[in-house]
Amino acid sequence: MKKLLARRELSLVVAIILIVGVAIALQPRFASEQNIRSILLWVPLLAVAAMGQTAVIITRGIDVSVGSILGLAGMTTAILLRDYPQLGVGGAAVIGIGLGAVLGAINGGMIAFAKVPPIVATLGTLGIYRGLTFIVSGGRQVDDYQLPKDLMNWSLEGPALLSKVPFINSIPWVVWIAIIVMLLSHLGMTYTRYGRDVYALGGNPDAAALRGIPVNFVTFMAYVLCGIGGGFAGVLYASRYGTVNPSGIGNGFELQVIAAVVIGGVSVFGGTGGAPGVALSCLLLGVVNVALSVLAIADTWQMAIYGLVLLVAIIADERFARSARKRAGEAV
Amino acid sequence: MILSASHISMRFGPVEVLADITVELRAGEVHALLGENGAGKSTLAKILAGVYKPVSGKLALLGNEITLSGPRDAAAKGIALIHQEPLTFPDLSVAENIFIGRQPTKAGRIDWAKMRQDAEKYLSALGVTLDVSAPVRGLSVADRQMIELASALSLDAKVLILDETTASLTPGEVKKLAAVLDRLKAEGKAIAFIGHRMEEIFSICDRISVLRDGLKVGETLRTETNVDAILRWMVGRDVHHLVERGEPNLGDVALDVSALTRRPRFADISLSVKAGEIVGLAGLVGAGRTDVLRAIFGLDTVDSGMVTVTGTTLVHHDPARAMEAGVALVPEDRQQHGVLMPQSIWENGSLAIMPRLAKFGLVDDKTARQKSAEGTQRLAVKMRDDEQAIRELSGGNQQKVVIGKWLLTNPKVLLLDEPTRGIDVGAKAEVHRVIVELAQSGLAVLMVSSDLPEVLALSDRVLVMRGGQIVSTFDRKDATAEGIIAAASGATLAEVTA
Repeated sequence: MKKLLARRELSLVVAIILIVGVAIALQPRFASEQNIRSILLWVPLLAVAAMGQTAVIITRGIDVSVGSILGLAGMTTAILLRDYPQLGVGGAAVIGIGLGAVLGAINGGMIAFAKVPPIVATLGTLGIYRGLTFIVSGGRQVDDYQLPKDLMNWSLEGPALLSKVPFINSIPWVVWIAIIVMLLSHLGMTYTRYGRDVYALGGNPDAAALRGIPVNFVTFMAYVLCGIGGGFAGVLYASRYGTVNPSGIGNGFELQVIAAVVIGGVSVFGGTGGAPGVALSCLLLGVVNVALSVLAIADTWQMAIYGLVLLVAIIADERFARSARKRAGEAV
Repeated sequence: MILSASHISMRFGPVEVLADITVELRAGEVHALLGENGAGKSTLAKILAGVYKPVSGKLALLGNEITLSGPRDAAAKGIALIHQEPLTFPDLSVAENIFIGRQPTKAGRIDWAKMRQDAEKYLSALGVTLDVSAPVRGLSVADRQMIELASALSLDAKVLILDETTASLTPGEVKKLAAVLDRLKAEGKAIAFIGHRMEEIFSICDRISVLRDGLKVGETLRTETNVDAILRWMVGRDVHHLVERGEPNLGDVALDVSALTRRPRFADISLSVKAGEIVGLAGLVGAGRTDVLRAIFGLDTVDSGMVTVTGTTLVHHDPARAMEAGVALVPEDRQQHGVLMPQSIWENGSLAIMPRLAKFGLVDDKTARQKSAEGTQRLAVKMRDDEQAIRELSGGNQQKVVIGKWLLTNPKVLLLDEPTRGIDVGAKAEVHRVIVELAQSGLAVLMVSSDLPEVLALSDRVLVMRGGQIVSTFDRKDATAEGIIAAASGATLAEVTA
């Protein structure tokens, strides 16, 4: 598996370099630094949400409600900060993340304990959470001037300690936050029993149950983690964009998150993949976005291209899984 | 004595699968649990290992009565179950497969180095060398069983229950396993060994208990018995409820299979069935019988070989072509492949001919019900009316609806896979009557069955498969239960007793 992962990660790196190269070659007047920076600042949101989705997909599940979780949590955080600025950015962020956890727990409860198929349960909550986003906001958006400057600064400034270090000082907090989340995710999946149980469950659910792994709890927690990731990304969204609009926030984000996870080497057939590949694939999607914008390809292409790359990744995984099983002499 | 089970009874729904079984597993002894398919061995093994809770009866470990809440509880108490198809995680490493759920930790995080060391320690205690960092995917069944055994040892298991562990091993691998079991025996482990093959049983086990139809029919030390006596225990039962086959009325060859091969499931299968003939395909679970039926029907592709139905060669392996040529398959797992449980009898009964009934893509319910009624009446399905959901019918009547559904396609060749599995004794006779009648009416029947009395009662010829090949053929007059079991398990009576 290590070899395969290495191969996946290597090919992601190659793809990133290629796309950057093509974009530079085709468009010598590479778009303004400000423009690129603005697009790339979307990558931390994606990465934070994708870490939770990674656990879910490793268990052979899926959470299509993650965009709506991001929306409801981000909207709620923005409203709280507008109406109760005394909460402080930290307090509102904790509430946003906690709300994400609760929304994830609702998904996880239905899937792990009531045995509702993941796609059905989360498709339902995709609608419900989106509806709630409109209800809590009364359909009105929160504007950047209504939000505390501290929150915006997450996307603008880096740690004060580094403010004197050239280059590094231009890396804002949201990036550091994403790096910490990815690191924690990687360590959690590699060095905790819970993380290993997630892989075991995805690799062979029947065996996991018979070997005494608390299958329902592991499944439930994966969706809670996905909710936490979505909630956190919602908070980062408010910081990143300032303007939080109930129909815009997180709309269609599930496709981006799921694409990032699957392209990052997490097989929809369960049991494989992890944070490093997903981190790279988030970066890849960011670079693709930059390239599209630099090459002046309409935004409308973005969704179609994600969908296409997602399908290619799934088909490649399926072919690989098939040939692996064949080599192992198992039924195909 | 380490583990004793006394007066164990077990039922699944209305079906009693074990009645008043008492067995004891002693330290330093391998105790074989023998019986035909469906005799209740695996159920007993699963009760001993905490997978099932018995309806009544007691378990005692080292003299103390225990109850097992599940396999994990059993494992914690020192009772480990080793499965025929080992419970491994293909993408996790060998070491993790041994320790999953209880990896050694240091300061709250998994200590991978120690886990690898420990894994090597337990594997070498079994005399096995494997790369503990490599993923399990691609390892042989035998290696994966060793991983399960190592896992059991790491839990300090005192009792090891091997459920059909040798069924998918090569002879060389079985020898290795026997050596490992000798080691474990010497360390004082109590071992239960569930198996079929006589030669293995007689070379590995010290004590033999035989189950038949959920009852224990005997227990003996290996040194005090022989293969003949054990086979008699396994098959001796009254067969008065079975139907009379009568004189078959044979026609031309309807199904001809030549050198059919699908590796690694089966190879070089050649057989033919005449119109009006019932051919039984016997063998142990995993011998490849179901795979052969699936391949004939075109559900699986084959590596090579040919299937000819009444002179038409089936070139493309495709169920639709097979049906067109006159082949019908009644699958083994009724619940999964045979019927649509929530739907009505007539919907199920007319399913196979839906495409033929359709006009402009639409099917007239009335015609479909009429057609379905033809099938259900012919086979005397007992039902309230044809709107009844098929799941409300008994297993025997469900099976008749399935067979009836296929009869509407006017098949020439009927493939039956375990036609009476999970059907109670009375209804079995009904299904048998139906099968005999169909053969008398000119159908060629190829029947896979693990129920030996059924095979003997119905078949005009019996083919025995072992390890993906046809190893023996018996004519009706020469077929005996002992002969078939011996062929299926790879023991010739003389060889083992000598």
